[in-house]
Amino acid sequence: MDITRFISTHRKLLLVGFLVLILIFIITLPLYAGKSDVRVLTTVLMYVVLAVSWAMFSGTTGYMSLAPAAFFGLGIYTMALLQKELPFFLIIPIGGLVSFAFALLVGLVTLRLKGIYFAIFTFGLVVFMTEIIQFLETRLWQRHGWQIIPIDNEILLYTIFGLVVVTVLATYFIRRSRYGLALLSIGGNEEAAEHMGINTTRTKVLIFAISSAFMGAAGVITAPGLIYVNANIAFSLFYSFMPILMAVFGGMGQLYGPIVGAVIFGYLEKTLRAQLYSYFMLGFGIILVAVILFLPNGIAGLVPTLQDKLGGVIQKLRKGGQAGQHADT
Amino acid sequence: MVERIPQLIIVGIFQGSVYGLLAMGLSLQYGVCRVLNITHGEFVMLGAVLTFTLSGLGINPLLAPVIIGPLMFVIGFVLQATLFRALKAWAPSPPAFEGNALLAAFGVMYIIQYIARIQWGGRLMPSYYLADIVSFLGMDFVKNQIVTFAIALALGVAVYLFLSRSRMGRAIRATAEDPGTAGLMGVNTNMILAFSFGLGALLAGTAGTLVSMRTAVSTSMGFSSTVIALIVVVLGGLGSVPGSFVAGILIGIVSMLVAGLWEPVLTVPVYYAMLMILLLVRPTGILGKK
Repeated sequence: MDITRFISTHRKLLLVGFLVLILIFIITLPLYAGKSDVRVLTTVLMYVVLAVSWAMFSGTTGYMSLAPAAFFGLGIYTMALLQKELPFFLIIPIGGLVSFAFALLVGLVTLRLKGIYFAIFTFGLVVFMTEIIQFLETRLWQRHGWQIIPIDNEILLYTIFGLVVVTVLATYFIRRSRYGLALLSIGGNEEAAEHMGINTTRTKVLIFAISSAFMGAAGVITAPGLIYVNANIAFSLFYSFMPILMAVFGGMGQLYGPIVGAVIFGYLEKTLRAQLYSYFMLGFGIILVAVILFLPNGIAGLVPTLQDKLGGVIQKLRKGGQAGQHADT
Repeated sequence: MVERIPQLIIVGIFQGSVYGLLAMGLSLQYGVCRVLNITHGEFVMLGAVLTFTLSGLGINPLLAPVIIGPLMFVIGFVLQATLFRALKAWAPSPPAFEGNALLAAFGVMYIIQYIARIQWGGRLMPSYYLADIVSFLGMDFVKNQIVTFAIALALGVAVYLFLSRSRMGRAIRATAEDPGTAGLMGVNTNMILAFSFGLGALLAGTAGTLVSMRTAVSTSMGFSSTVIALIVVVLGGLGSVPGSFVAGILIGIVSMLVAGLWEPVLTVPVYYAMLMILLLVRPTGILGKK
């Protein structure tokens, strides 16, 4: 049977099969892999949530949010403050809601204006959060940082995987909806979108808040793995940088782009960061610049080009083969 | 408490002039090149750390800008002439260019910061210069505050005069307003863009030298400098060079009052409160035009 034809005719089936394989892999991993592998996978999945939710807003509308860490850290702190009062699974939506509300506030102040104000405002947001929380901690609570009661690694893995599924599904359905089209038209030409009757400010603020809610929820789930947090750990700039790099590298035009980027760099981060921190960050900076210069649509943008080129070659081969057959008969 | 206010205000003006200087560079870069250069603080860091290194070699910090300035200018010039020029040529629309340039600058920020960290490490470098005290009108000032104020003010005025009076300055303003028409009028716009970007970097590097005279510096100081510069630039009106200087002085006064009378940790949150109020009331900034 011709493999290329099989792929093109059974594309849906193959996709479902692939997803089922991933599902089985993630669910069964704790059975045969060591503790460290489970933690690596948990981190990778956390980055998937961050990168996908960053691209959900910034990839479609073109407004660059430079502060995923602010909303992620807010989730971590929600967990730190509420861990003794409420069960873990209740804190996750609360962390999401807290980030949602905060993003709504930030969005209402800045998203009425041109995109550049939004970028400026979000750039320092992480510093703002760090300093406010340091002030509250030293002055009101008289403490430095919080212990977080650890939770079983496998539970964390399954929870973050559940969040990945929810985030990806939400992005998928938003992209397909009227709302997603409105977002894309804002990214294309905001003035034209406004004239077509889209309430651009409301659309932007809402999607910004939704994407931040996922970041907050991811923060809640990540917190138990950190064991101890303070303002500098929770609001580390690193969590702002990585999702942006991942989404840009993977390509923001497709849903799977940020996921691919997050899997690659999440794995690299977990395995390399500890030993070679400075070189690691330097390398990532270079990769970010190179990708923006040479692959503006990321890895996902490369796929159609490759398909075109490969498709042409394959077709030529096939035609050649058929011609040969004809010649034989 | 109250009798300290005049002194705090004057020290705030001294400190604010440095903020103004570094914000002027950023404002120039955004106003002319349309690049929101979040690498700006890293140039401040380079200026500061290089000043410390040079003073270790026996070069007076007051002479350091003579070496550091041209170096920063070249780095900025090359960045604009290669990276941002290519991005501009390939971008489908001006907003897309601004977005891509922002992300590229984000990458460059990490490149510069971590090259510096690999070279110099993360330690604090005590680079104080002229740290003795003079009394003036019954108030005590540290000498370096007065020196940095004088240099920053002189440079600020020089840049303003250069932009408003000279032939080159007119070309820069024309390019900022309408690059297409400026090009048709015989302005070499690519050269002007690269020049403006380099000039911005030069101002940042010099501001770094001034910062290093007053505080201990380190390779991780760039980010907070960028945050201050960005806030100052918005307060002064995006793209307005004199506005940035005025807003810098305002921010300097506010920071000294907050740190001196209330709580040093809260300076950035107070800047943010100011920024929020301004964006709600008058997004074009204090001296910005519509």
